[in-house]
Amino acid sequence: MSDHSSTYEPTNGFTRWLDERLPIMRLMHGQFIDFPTPRNLNYLWTFGAILTFCLAIQLITGIVLAMHFIPHGDFAFASVEHIMRDVNWGDLIRYTHFVGASMFFLAAYIHMFRGLYFGSYKSPREIIWILGVLIILCMIITAFMGYSLVWGQMSFWAVTVITNLFTAIPIVGESITQWIWGGYSVGDPTLNRLFSLHYLFPFIIVALVALHIWALHVVGSNNPTGVEPKTENDSVSFYPYYVIKDSFATMVFALLFAWFVFYAPNYLGHSDNFIEANPLQTPPHIVPEWYFLPFYAILRAIPDKLLGVVTMMAAICVLFIIPWLDTSKIRSTRYRPLLKPFFWLFVITCLVLGYCGAKSPDYRFVEMADTQKYTSKAAAVSAKEEILSKNKHADLEIIESINSKEITYDLKNTKFKLTNQVLSLLLTFYYFAFFFAIMPIVGLIETPHKLPGSIAESVLGKSSADKAQ
Amino acid sequence: MKLKLSDFLKCMSASISVLMVTSLLAVTPAQAAGGGGPEIKRQVWSFNGFFGKYNKAQLQRGFGVYKEVCAACHGLKLLSYRNLVQVGGPEFSKEQALAIAKEATIIDGVDEDGEPKEREGKLSDRFASPFKNDTQARASNNGALPPDFSVIAKARTYHRHVPWYTEPYYWAYDMATGYEEKGVDYLYALLTGYKTPPRGMKLGDGMNYNEVFPGHQIAMAAPLSEDAVEYADGTPTSLNQHAKDVSAFLAWASEPHLNARKDLGKRVLIYLTILALLLFLAKRSLWARVKH
Amino acid sequence: MSSDNDDVARRDFLMVAAGSVAGVGGACALWPLIDQMNPDASAKALASIEVDLSPIKDGQAITIMWRGKPIFIRKRTADDIKAAQEIPVSDLPDPEADTDRVQNDEWLVLIGICTHLGCIPRGQAAGDVHGDFGGWFCPCHGSHYDTSGRIRKGPAPKNLAVPPYKFLTDTKIKIG
Repeated sequence: MSDHSSTYEPTNGFTRWLDERLPIMRLMHGQFIDFPTPRNLNYLWTFGAILTFCLAIQLITGIVLAMHFIPHGDFAFASVEHIMRDVNWGDLIRYTHFVGASMFFLAAYIHMFRGLYFGSYKSPREIIWILGVLIILCMIITAFMGYSLVWGQMSFWAVTVITNLFTAIPIVGESITQWIWGGYSVGDPTLNRLFSLHYLFPFIIVALVALHIWALHVVGSNNPTGVEPKTENDSVSFYPYYVIKDSFATMVFALLFAWFVFYAPNYLGHSDNFIEANPLQTPPHIVPEWYFLPFYAILRAIPDKLLGVVTMMAAICVLFIIPWLDTSKIRSTRYRPLLKPFFWLFVITCLVLGYCGAKSPDYRFVEMADTQKYTSKAAAVSAKEEILSKNKHADLEIIESINSKEITYDLKNTKFKLTNQVLSLLLTFYYFAFFFAIMPIVGLIETPHKLPGSIAESVLGKSSADKAQ
Repeated sequence: MKLKLSDFLKCMSASISVLMVTSLLAVTPAQAAGGGGPEIKRQVWSFNGFFGKYNKAQLQRGFGVYKEVCAACHGLKLLSYRNLVQVGGPEFSKEQALAIAKEATIIDGVDEDGEPKEREGKLSDRFASPFKNDTQARASNNGALPPDFSVIAKARTYHRHVPWYTEPYYWAYDMATGYEEKGVDYLYALLTGYKTPPRGMKLGDGMNYNEVFPGHQIAMAAPLSEDAVEYADGTPTSLNQHAKDVSAFLAWASEPHLNARKDLGKRVLIYLTILALLLFLAKRSLWARVKH
Repeated sequence: MSSDNDDVARRDFLMVAAGSVAGVGGACALWPLIDQMNPDASAKALASIEVDLSPIKDGQAITIMWRGKPIFIRKRTADDIKAAQEIPVSDLPDPEADTDRVQNDEWLVLIGICTHLGCIPRGQAAGDVHGDFGGWFCPCHGSHYDTSGRIRKGPAPKNLAVPPYKFLTDTKIKIG
């Protein structure tokens, strides 16, 4: 761990005895009491603590829920409803777990964007960042498996769609998919193993989090200036300063969390998941939970099945290599005038991608069309043929619309349209361009603002920082 | 140390103006194909929002409608008769609930010959289903399967007819106000949405026209009519009132602990606010010594 | 000196040998743990099923489950067959001759999953919508299939798949 020495002094016979055999108190004291932390961290740095809080909540509620859940196709849906109706406090425990997944991802995404903005992935923090990407990857897998356990329509068809992605792998795709299913389609064996793995993965996440914090404590926290602490004046001890600050921020986050649990617990879910899984009927629109929507949009943006899967995977895996894609020596985007607008455009891209993921692929964001109303289908069809005879490439569509009085047929002659598919593709392009083109190039050509000499200087101003030394 | 909010806002305003321009370009409102039908209206529900609570009398009336009309085809298999007594629900008396349970025939165990044995219902029994299985249900309903009603009020939704660039605003509004009644609003609109079909519309065999049902053709005939069910409490027995009451009852059936949840929620929010405030004051006094 | 070298060489060899044997053993022990996830004996037992076709009348269709998927079996009428064979193959979105999709003109056997997004098309029951081409119609996104289960109109990219099957007798088939 970090090279600062712990000031821990055992105070009584027992702690002295323990310290000679297992210096765990010394370790904890050094890492979480004395630990020097930059004095200028803003509230975005509280999300580490908030995420630990989220993980703890998910673990505790999850272990409790597993005492009541039945991982079998015939009983899973009913057992979830049994939890909601009959188990003491069951509805609150389940809603906390369900909303907790959303809150976990919300906090994780903010944490990631913070790391991206302030260059927390740069040397010497590459390993911290890579461990973080592994954590988000495990979170995605865990959340996906957890969502399937409800065994509603959306659960079942999400599993069907996602496991079917493996069939895109050439030659062995089919066998791998059957291996995952444990059968020839999604069924009981699939549900049972998803449950087993959903219970396992959080502990992998815990282990990765431990490594993440270990790696963080070797090199210390980054800070908004990106300038490393140089003197004692740049840092404060973790306890009490950041313990209190993190606790306050966590409670504010808990307020938002509680709002959803108590007043909008189902808002972030999908109504189709209250229909029990039915392998013979597909819901009209299959949409994942909100936190997967940007990735889902990337998947659908590419018309080719295999290429789509590869692109979606790449969207996550590219994060592993950004420490080496960013060529700038400056960490914090605050001092990078050229990167800054590109960064915010990237944030907006991710948000709009999420929006695209929620809409059907043929949804039209922008449309310019002449619409002609007809009262009979035959008239609309003959009008359509007449236009086609003049212009073979006309984009024509007959839309039947029914209102309480009559049925009309609108012949829509589309001149220009921006479909979800096209928009998603453009945004996907920018998503990758940001990492593969903008990050490397901007770092080379940009003239950064002048960095403060030290953290203390950025906080106190130059003269008083010198005086303090 | 603050995040440069101004830059963020600059980016946001730029993107918003881009959105405005594109929206002006949209000559016709971009709407999902196959839509149509009127916008589903939001009703005033006693259980909506921060102070929402079920109205006991309404749930009792709604149960009456369910029992007299819906129960012939639609089950409530996740509910038990004891739930009718439960606090925060219709809160029937034990005797009333027992009388309701006794009307049901429950198959329980086998007699000496190994044949299934029937008995009358008890409070601990699940609601008896109107059909033995889905196949029988389909056979008696012209091939259509009447869905179970246990969670129907959460299993239905509708799409608001708004331009896409205003949708995030509505999402935020609904989250902030705790609007979770999309399903109930849909149920009410469906029950009151039976109209005479438009001129020229050919309905399938045994199908009925409903203006809010997706595709407008529904196998279920209009289930409610004026004075279909008697109300003991003197509430007017209009079709709309029946629809409203039974929708409210189904909302309770799908979310039976809503009253307790919203009640506890207020205490939790107050507690968290106080704790956050104390932590904030502690943080402020602690950090007062350290410029940051 | 040389004996020392021999000793070292022998020791290295033994280390490598022991390591390899341990590695092979470990890999062998791993295989059952991986293979247990493959379809088990009870699932494999259902991998093929036999269907008696005798009760199906002209123009009727039945749905049976095979490997968790719905299988449509339809006894086609003379008109159905004629319609399926008349259309020029080159006009189809997914060109395939009717004769390549059936083993016996009368019997059409299909996997009843829409090739668009996996919905179950309608058209099995007598009263169902059959689409514009007398076959099946997918309610999700409006794909129309003809009396050979071929896509004719709508977003689906491919014809309904034909499962592997063979006739055991004139009125009995084995699927899978």
